[in-house]
Amino acid sequence: MNFKVKWIDLPIVRRRFYLYTLAVVLVFVLLLLRLWYLQVISYEDLFDRSVRNRTRMLITEAPRGPVYDRHGVLLVDNRPAFQISVMRQDIVQRDELFERLSGLLDVSVEHLEMRWQQGRRLPVYRPVPLMVDVDRELVERVQENSLDLPGVLIEVRPIRDYPEPDAVAHVIGYLGEITEKELRSARSEEYRGGDLVGKVALERAYEDNLRGNKGQQLIEVDVQGRLLRMLQAESPEPGKKIHLTVDLELQKAVVAAFGERAGAAVALDVHSGEVLAMVSLPTYNPAQFARGISSDEWRDLLANRRNPLQNKAITGLYPPASTFKMIVALAALREDIATPDRVIQCDGDLVVGDSRFRCWKHRGHGLTDLKKALRESCDVYFYQVGLELGIDKLAAAAKEFGLGSSLGFSLPGERAGTMPSREWKRRQINEPWYAGETVIAAIGQGYVLTTPLQLAVMTAALANGGKVLKPQIVHRIEDWNNTTTQLFEPELIRQLDYSPAHLEAVNEGMFAVVNDLRGTGHRAQLEEVMVAGKTGTSQVVRRLSDEEEELLTGDELIPYLRRSHGLFVAYAPAENPEIAVAVVVEHGQSGGGVAAPIAREIISRYFHNRGE
Amino acid sequence: MFDRRLVYHFDWVLLLTVLLLAAVGIVNLYSATTSWTHGGTPIYLKQTIWLGSGLTIAMLVCLFDYRHLQYLAIHAYIVGIGLLVIVAFHGRATMGATRWINLGFINIQPSEVIKVAIILLFARLLSKISVPQGFAIKDLWRPAFWLVVPTLLILKQPDLGTTVMVVLIALTMLVFAGLQRTTLIWLTILVMVTGVLGWFGLHEYQRARVRTFLHPEADPLGSGYHIIQSKIAVGSGGFFGKGFLEGTQSQLSFLPERHTDFAFSVFAEEWGFAGSLLLLLLYLFLIAWGLYIARRASDQFGLFLAIGVSAMFFWHIVVNLAMVIGLLPVVGVPLPFFSYGGTSMVTMMIGVGLLMNVSMRRFMF
Repeated sequence: MNFKVKWIDLPIVRRRFYLYTLAVVLVFVLLLLRLWYLQVISYEDLFDRSVRNRTRMLITEAPRGPVYDRHGVLLVDNRPAFQISVMRQDIVQRDELFERLSGLLDVSVEHLEMRWQQGRRLPVYRPVPLMVDVDRELVERVQENSLDLPGVLIEVRPIRDYPEPDAVAHVIGYLGEITEKELRSARSEEYRGGDLVGKVALERAYEDNLRGNKGQQLIEVDVQGRLLRMLQAESPEPGKKIHLTVDLELQKAVVAAFGERAGAAVALDVHSGEVLAMVSLPTYNPAQFARGISSDEWRDLLANRRNPLQNKAITGLYPPASTFKMIVALAALREDIATPDRVIQCDGDLVVGDSRFRCWKHRGHGLTDLKKALRESCDVYFYQVGLELGIDKLAAAAKEFGLGSSLGFSLPGERAGTMPSREWKRRQINEPWYAGETVIAAIGQGYVLTTPLQLAVMTAALANGGKVLKPQIVHRIEDWNNTTTQLFEPELIRQLDYSPAHLEAVNEGMFAVVNDLRGTGHRAQLEEVMVAGKTGTSQVVRRLSDEEEELLTGDELIPYLRRSHGLFVAYAPAENPEIAVAVVVEHGQSGGGVAAPIAREIISRYFHNRGE
Repeated sequence: MFDRRLVYHFDWVLLLTVLLLAAVGIVNLYSATTSWTHGGTPIYLKQTIWLGSGLTIAMLVCLFDYRHLQYLAIHAYIVGIGLLVIVAFHGRATMGATRWINLGFINIQPSEVIKVAIILLFARLLSKISVPQGFAIKDLWRPAFWLVVPTLLILKQPDLGTTVMVVLIALTMLVFAGLQRTTLIWLTILVMVTGVLGWFGLHEYQRARVRTFLHPEADPLGSGYHIIQSKIAVGSGGFFGKGFLEGTQSQLSFLPERHTDFAFSVFAEEWGFAGSLLLLLLYLFLIAWGLYIARRASDQFGLFLAIGVSAMFFWHIVVNLAMVIGLLPVVGVPLPFFSYGGTSMVTMMIGVGLLMNVSMRRFMF
């Protein structure tokens, strides 16, 4: 036995106790510091996350507002449509899944793949739609096989429904998925990726009214995302109802009257400027867009030479041709150049400088006064009067009538057209004005370009005693309680100061155009109501591009594309006018022959409906 | 033969501390499992039964003088190794790991047996040393061998958590006994090399846990889920907590493993920093008391026994808490007296019994 100090009592061992205790305390301090950091410093952030953890914000789509015609007939509404979508995070084997879906749904894998690629831009929580507006049979087929289709779900989404798609396509427009650029724009907080927004026409112009406000449901969920209870719900606010001024029956009558022809027609109420009908042909089917247009369909629409997507009533530019002669006549009357009893000899042509300008009637009209000149559309009379008037006065008169400038129409894309003047030409092409150009402009050719809508407004102004009215297509906007939130009152752009006698002289001419046996527009004559109007046949001076030339060689469309446009403007009743109409038939060859009967149909249908 | 001094020296402080911790744990388990609707004995009741069994075992451990245990250490160790070998071939698999052995009436985890056996064996080994300068590397071959055999067997199950615990407990005891400077350096190098090699030996799920720990937000719905949800639970408790039964993270099941490894998250969410602070102080006191018992032990074996048990408490507590609050990767280590589980409760209660034994017999020579 030795008596040295036991190991247990060595000072170094005692010191180890202190060190161990210290180490333990330090570790606990570290733990407490971490707890302090989490529970006190990061508290707000983490508390927030715990709230978000257990709650989900579900968005309920607002039903888009319906649109009615002037009699309350539904033009567009919503209907529930099934769509087959996939949740991205639930997909395990995409190739396999698409293979299976392709067989089940009878679509190509490429199509599914394309939809998938398109959908990848959507936010992650949003299912990617693979097929939109599928019928019930397919839905059932998917449901039966749902066990083999992980991640595939059936959604019900409201889509636009068009009872009469052909008649109102260009007025209503269509919806499309919101683009990234639109999402980034100022109003973006209202939208999320994948939302449908109005792309053209009324759907676009009144997007804010039609859209409504999305509803929200705050729900509490457990870890599997199962709904436990609703914490808060904010119902969606449906989009507003829009009542248009157009008459569906009239729209349909216009479409029927045009038949296979292309062109546009606008009918206005002469006292209010309300658009009673606005049709552009050929049309497209907006339902194609509602269910998701395929790239083939889209390509076909774009490739169509007759531009079905274009609303020709407001974006088509046409030389007004002889329908412009009323303006020349009024300007000349005001300037005392064309007094009602002034007579001009028409020998079939007029020589100005080195050029010879021919009248459409090569034999000539002989002695011609204003009424005859309008009735028989004598070009030489207006060449002469136009020359004396000068281009600037002519342009000023035309501008007063709303030609060559934008009317502030509410549908997007309205074009201004052109009303040339010396000033205009210098600015545009930096060249002096030539007298020959005045001659051409006096019969509404050359640089003069107008839209069918402008021609209708001009005609209405002739009919209502010189009031140029702003054309309006929306009558009122109502909320869901049928309370009018916005009413569109007639808006006078300007009152023209033509003497009643001058207007009367021109109107007499227009009356004769239709009702005189020698009139060029007698095909617009109606038994039940007196129509006044004016024909126009505008030469197509458009040069075809080399590419088009090449493409069209030997094609029957060559003569078509070079055929003149047929125009007709009219109002009725002649004595106490109510409706003004402008009809442009693209490559229709003759205004009197082709456009006048269409105008006649429109007017006839208008009075027929009103009589009921 | 039963010495009255034993009653006189009974360590009421230790018993009360442990009972307090277990009681808080049971209350917390009640809250953690209220949303469970399926039938059967409620978890908190089961845990109470386990607490009772554990206390009984602790008292039994007290009965015999711990000094006799040093001769039993090697037997306990051999039985433990034997069980580990059996489990390697006939174990019951849960969650992809084979850790259990079915004895008919009870499932036991041999890795828990080995924890206690290692403490006993190392205490016995270290009770022999008398040199103050500590171990040289050449002196360590025997403890190293004893440690490596069970460690490899547990690692094979695989059970990274227990492996780490066993190694840490043994190292803590060795370091207390004293290591020469060169030994310390060699050990450090060894740990680092093992770490690097171990990375390639880890199961994919274990590697994922480590990666997740480094970047939990990279995969919030996958492997990072546990850590993120636990941090949200703890942090959203704030200073005073959301209140008993009011923790949304746990009541709505966002917290995984909330009655076992993540029981503390439930507590921290409902009782806040204030509650957590008190609980941690209680744990700190428990460990400090364990060291105090070691300090007052009447012999070297008792000292190392108490050090070993304290180390077992310390490492379980610290690794579990650090994991739950995002300071360490997720390794399956329960919080002593707090997480639900009979095995953990019994092992820890054996530890309590050992501590108490040493404490009661501090004046007996």
